[in-house]
Amino acid sequence: MKGAIYALWHRELVRFMRDRSRLTGSLMQPIIFYLMFSGALYGSFKPYGMDYSVYFFTGTLAMITMFTAIFSTITVIEDRKEGFLQGVLISPVPRSSIALGKILGSATLSFGLAAIFLALAPFTGIDMSWDRVLPTLGVLALLSIAVAGLGFSLAWVMDSTAGYHGIMMLFLMPMLMMSGAFFPIEDAHWLISWVRHVNPMTYGVGALRHALQGEAPGCPTFTVCLIGAAMFAVAMFALGTFVVTRRRARDAI
Amino acid sequence: MSEKSSSNAAVSASDVSFAYGERQALRDVSFDVAPGGLFGFLGPNGSGKSTLFKLLSTIVPLQQGSITMLGHDLARESAAIRRRIGVVFQSAAIDRKLTVFENLRYAGMLLNLGGKELASRIDESMAAASLTDRKADATGELSGGLRRRVEIAKCLMAKPDLVLLDEASTGLDPAARREMWQVLRAQEGLTILFTTHLMDEAAEADRLMLLDEGQVVAHGRPAELMEEVGGQVLEIETPDAVALVGELRTAFKVDAVQIDQTVRIEGEKVQELVPEVMTRFGDRIRRLQLAHPSLEDVFLSRTGKRFVVTAPEPDVKKGRKKRKRS
Repeated sequence: MKGAIYALWHRELVRFMRDRSRLTGSLMQPIIFYLMFSGALYGSFKPYGMDYSVYFFTGTLAMITMFTAIFSTITVIEDRKEGFLQGVLISPVPRSSIALGKILGSATLSFGLAAIFLALAPFTGIDMSWDRVLPTLGVLALLSIAVAGLGFSLAWVMDSTAGYHGIMMLFLMPMLMMSGAFFPIEDAHWLISWVRHVNPMTYGVGALRHALQGEAPGCPTFTVCLIGAAMFAVAMFALGTFVVTRRRARDAI
Repeated sequence: MSEKSSSNAAVSASDVSFAYGERQALRDVSFDVAPGGLFGFLGPNGSGKSTLFKLLSTIVPLQQGSITMLGHDLARESAAIRRRIGVVFQSAAIDRKLTVFENLRYAGMLLNLGGKELASRIDESMAAASLTDRKADATGELSGGLRRRVEIAKCLMAKPDLVLLDEASTGLDPAARREMWQVLRAQEGLTILFTTHLMDEAAEADRLMLLDEGQVVAHGRPAELMEEVGGQVLEIETPDAVALVGELRTAFKVDAVQIDQTVRIEGEKVQELVPEVMTRFGDRIRRLQLAHPSLEDVFLSRTGKRFVVTAPEPDVKKGRKKRKRS
């Protein structure tokens, strides 16, 4: 089982590193996105009195984590279309190890890219002492596993990448927007406020803010955020394992 | 068409049925495969052979009936079966972004192989498929025939007792197809089950099962199946096949059958009809062919319709041809 998990995990990394356009896009896109937004709103928008470049840095970390994992799990659909998945499904390993390998592969990419971006934190004035960096990396790892599990579960039941993109825009993008990653939503309309409380990403972003900034105005306490993020990770990991272990007639098509 | 299950068979299926929702893909299919045998499933698109293949390869769960493979019950011991089978799918199950070596390495890891055993298994599989000098090549850059050899090497990584091939030679040129079979037949004691829609390939099987619309229409040795059809087959292509069928029946008291623009007559002495048919109907005949029965004739005689194959694809929904018999 360990060999199978390692094989699928390693394959994700190898494929990512060999795809130069994907590698370049994944590294550059968040940096450009961050520079554009933090630059444009620098003078006009100071959430809770802090520079937007600081506030949005944490949001960008969450964004990198989510989108890298989500885009990476699209490979599940590609693997099915290209036939590779069939070869994996008929191997003697438990199906749960397929979920483990793929989720850990996507989570590693997501974590790795977020960690690279984190190295740019000193340029924004964020304190990069170890007591900040280590908890931040821990939260990033939790969040990476959570969104990779979510992406994997969605991708496993989808037939097309176009459909997956649709779900992403309909479901995952609002999840990120309603987490407080880009702007505070503490005093939002009651409906948005309710969504914020049930949105697991809220707790992930909150935990990131606590860990990296040392404060997270408008967010639940660090403990609550950490528990929320951990529960999100465990639930999505379990969901990924559950969907992959079901064998259905649909698998034959 | 059912056969009694044999306890020492490599594969034994009994009354297997399978449905995709409302659509019945397989109905009461039974067969036995002897160890070391070459067993073929022949059928047009939509015949159910790919569904049967997916059941045997453990991708989909058994719905009805029972299958025993290599002494293991498919419904309860699929993991044990997977350890002992090799599978080659119609669509490539290799990663085109990886090299030949990497594909085999990952395949070995999925079999829980590691260390020296993994390395030696890779070497053996590459040698068996004559791929040793291609180990560093990206599989996406290989020809279709070489990619198929990578598939075969991958399937041999398990040191299987049983290999399942789903239309594995589809899209290969004759030389590549020959190579593929050479590699597989060189494995001593290996039981091979294959699906195909190619008549010449099917004729090579020790035993063959013809499927149509999810049902077994013929089962036996290819030569015996062809002998059962009768002595010879006379095919007459004509623009007015319907009229000619009636005239031939009246004139020669034969059981002529119309299929599209062709009239078929099967029988022991149909060759004796040829001169008279040419004399009386020669001006209306586009083509006349006298031949020994082929597997296509077996299919035709059992189903009353031509063996039609559309673009090769695993989907079982397509490729139907209306039954038309005069």
